[in-house]
Formats: sequence, structure tokens, C-alpha cells
Amino acid sequence: MNETIRAILRKLANLPVAVEDLTDDADLYAAGLSSFASVQVMLGIEESFDIEFPDNLLNRKSFASIQAIEATVRQIVKANEAA
Amino acid sequence: MSVVALASETPSLIDRAQRVAAIAARHADEVDREGRFPYEAVAAMKTEALLGIQVPPSHGGEGASLLDIANICATLGQACAASAMVFAMHHIKASSLVEHGEESAWHSGFMRDTVKHQYLLASATTEGGIGGNLRNSICAIEIDGPICRLTKDATVISYATEADAILITSRANKDAAPGDQVMTAFLRHQYTLEKTNDWDTLGMRGTCSEGFLFKGEAPAEQIFPKPFAEIAAQSMLATSHLLWSGVWYGIAADAVARAQSFVRAAARKAQGQVPPGASHLAEAVNLLQLVKSNLLTGLKTYEDARANPDKLSSMAFAIAMNNVKIASSETILEIIHRALMVCGILGYKNGTPYSLGRHLRDAHSARLMISNDRILGNTATMLLVQKPDLSLLG
Ligand SMILES: Cc1cc2nc3c(=O)[nH]c(=O)nc-3n(C[C@H](O)[C@H](O)[C@H](O)COP(=O)(O)OP(=O)(O)OC[C@H]3O[C@@H](n4cnc5c(N)ncnc54)[C@H](O)[C@@H]3O)c2cc1C
Repeated sequence: MNETIRAILRKLANLPVAVEDLTDDADLYAAGLSSFASVQVMLGIEESFDIEFPDNLLNRKSFASIQAIEATVRQIVKANEAA
Repeated sequence: MSVVALASETPSLIDRAQRVAAIAARHADEVDREGRFPYEAVAAMKTEALLGIQVPPSHGGEGASLLDIANICATLGQACAASAMVFAMHHIKASSLVEHGEESAWHSGFMRDTVKHQYLLASATTEGGIGGNLRNSICAIEIDGPICRLTKDATVISYATEADAILITSRANKDAAPGDQVMTAFLRHQYTLEKTNDWDTLGMRGTCSEGFLFKGEAPAEQIFPKPFAEIAAQSMLATSHLLWSGVWYGIAADAVARAQSFVRAAARKAQGQVPPGASHLAEAVNLLQLVKSNLLTGLKTYEDARANPDKLSSMAFAIAMNNVKIASSETILEIIHRALMVCGILGYKNGTPYSLGRHLRDAHSARLMISNDRILGNTATMLLVQKPDLSLLG
């Protein structure tokens, strides 16, 4: 999952730095993620993992780092499986 | 919780605001004509100690809610839009201090000083080459041990030369991305301002929002500890849209008051017949009620989200606040147009009790103050993932 997220970031996040150089807990906003690009990344993740972000997870925190994105996706996948 | 329950118990706040409004109203036409700072009204705000009311009692203030402050903006807006906008912009900066300053010793002290000395706070987000995209900066703050330095081409700073401090945004360091920003509070003796732009505008002439090359040097502890991204999302965007809307509501409300006195005078002369302009008045009152409901709902949404940083930085909240701004800035123009149809040539002329020229010109700033195009663009982007709020009770 980490690699898929990194691939999406490479394609859609439009960062001024290389995604390879980011640690899992690096702050993506500080790395240059704009709010427009963050929406593109969300769409990319929804498409690739076939999930939909519920409203309560559409905030800055869910997308603050690669680690945070992973945790968010896992949480949604788990909730979907339970349902 | 009902909206009114959020308003302060102290009746004195609105009494104090009304005394300031009476002074502001006396000078409003001159402030507008000469494009000068509303000295008398701002001096009265300081005398009535209105500049520190938002600060919590633990820091010497009165803990006024945003609803209280919006109510004062609307009261002042009915008298002099420029004075009201100065008050609103000051309190937008104060909200960043109140919401994000408590964790730092310097900012806590600055909050106390703002109450004690009735400091007037100004804002410098707009930058040459960036415009109203306040979440991006070109300039960067330089941190040199205990000192920070900043040079910014600030193309619009309202009442910069009258302010006691300027809260200014920049990139967090010279290598930071454009969106990796901080905000720093510089005190009056810590900066120089070299004027680069005039403010000879259609309306809002008394805000004196000239352009300057800002150069400041201060202790680095004056940089807000939180990233500006969080300050923007959690206090500044919401308080800007809500308090600006309070001012704009005030402008439209005064236009409606003028139109109504015109209709009543005509009705008295016509011995009870309903004057021809009265249906425009009815429409204007209808639209004014829409602006009011929209703003009150927005204020309640803010108060409900306030204790919850996740909610404050959610897309749903940002969309709700954007919508308040778009609706009030667009609708006040319609209201004033209707009022003008009621008052006719006496509304079009300056210097009559029904004059609406100043109202109309001041109101035209609302759509440009962070361009509605830009705001709608942001909302449109968020709606690619965020579902709109379709429930009635929300
Ligand atoms: C009364 C008043 C007081 C002010 N006081 C201050 C102050 O104290 N401090 C401060 O920093 N600023 C202040 N401002 C400036 C304000 O906050 C905005 O930055 C400014 O109004 C925007 O200026 P602009 O139209 O040149 O820039 P832009 O935001 O660049 O907009 C220019 C035009 O480009 C178009 N546009 C730009 N970007 C987009 C987009 N993404 N999508 C769609 N269209 C777009 C829009 O049509 C817009 O009209 C004040 C403004 C006013 C009117």
C-alpha cells in the first residue's frame, strides 16, 4: 500500500521534491502539497483502492503524511469490510 | 444551542458599539470623500475598549464571542463601512492571536498588551505576484539565531501607518515551499514601511489600504508557533468571511433603512396610498433577511466547530464559510440596487438623507476582497470529493 500511495503522490501531488526523498512521516504540506493537489491525490486514492472518503476524514490531518494516508485508507477499508 | 445564547450577557458591548457608531456616522461622508483614516471612530473604539474584547478574561479581555463581534461589525457598518472594516480586520487578526497564541509566552503577553494598550492590529497577507492567494508566499522569513528578519512586497495593507502591530505571512524559511508559511507579529518600532501604492479607490476609501515595501526585524519568538496553514484554516478564513459579512450586512441594512424612510415619507404625503417604490423595498427587506439568516447560520456553524480542530480544518466547514462570503457579498449589491430604485434621484445624489452612492461603492469591494472567482474555484475543487450538505438541520 505504501508503494501505491507513493506512486499516486508522484503522479498527482505535484511536489517540488522527489517523493523517494520523503520519509513516511514527513509533513506533505510543508513539502509543498497544495490544497488543489491534495484533492487530486484524494481522487487518485479513491480510484486506486476503490473506496470513498467519508466526510469526517476529509480534513488536513488525514493527508498530512504518507503514514497518515495509509492509516486513513486502512481505517476505511476495515470499516467497509465490517459493513 | 440557540444562536442568541451565544451572544454575550453584557449588554454594555452593544451600547459601547452604538456610541462608536454615532461618532463614525458623523464623519463617514468626509472619510469617504477625502479617503482618510477614520481617526475619530477608531479613537472611540479605543476609548470604549472595544479592541481587546475578544481576548479571554484570563488574559485581561472580555472573552467576547464571534457573534458579539459580528454584531458590532454590523452596527458600525450601518454608520461607516470603512470604520467597521477596520474593526473587523483588527478582530480577524485578534482571533488568530486568541486561538493560536496561548501556547507561546510572547504571544500571551502580546494578547494582554493588546487589551491594556488597545493596540490596533493590521494584516499583510497579500503580496506582489501572488494577489489574494493567501496560502502562498514568495517572501521568506530569515531566522538568524534569536532574531528574525523579513522583507515583503505587501501590495495591500489596510491602515498600515496607523497600526500598532502588523501580522504578516511569509514562507517559513528560505528553502520552504510556497505553501509552507508562518505568520509573525511585528510591533510598530520593529519595521519600516516604504509606500509603493496609493489607495484612491471606488469605495472603502477610509481603510487606507496602501501598498508598502515592509522591512522588519524582531525576536524570533514573535513567529507564531503553529504553521500558518493551520491558522488560516482554523481561525482566519472563517473569521474573515464571518466578520466581513457582518460589515457588509450593515451596509445593506443602512441602505434598507434609508429606502424605508423614503417610502414612509412618500406615504405620509400621499395620505396613506402605497408609494410606487414600496414593492422594491419589500424585495430588499426579503433579501436582507436572507443575508442575515445566512450569516447567523455561519456564525453558529463556527461556534459549533470551534472546539474541534478536525472539524475546523475539514472541507465541509471550509465550503460552509466560503458560501457565507459568496452569498453576502453578492446579495448586498442587489439589496442596495433595490434601495436605489426606491429612493430614485435622491438616492443617486450625494448629500441627501437618502444618498446611496457611498453604500453602493463600498459594497462593490466585497466581491473582490479575496475574489469570489478564486473562492468559487476552491469550493469547486473541494466538491470533487466532498459531498455537499443536503440536510436541513445539518
Ligand atoms: C477594502 C480592502 C481591504 C483590504 N485590506 C487588506 C489588508 O489589510 N491586508 C492584505 O493583505 N490584503 C488586503 N486586501 C486585499 C485582499 O485581501 C485581496 O488580496 C485582494 O482583494 C485580491 O486582490 P486582486 O484582485 O489583485 O488579486 P487576485 O486574487 O490575484 O485576483 C485577481 C483576479 O484574478 C482572477 N483570479 C485569480 N485567481 C483565480 C482563481 N484561482 N480562480 C479564479 N479566478 C482567479 C479573479 O477574477 C480576480 O478578480 C484588502 C482588500 C480590500 C478590497
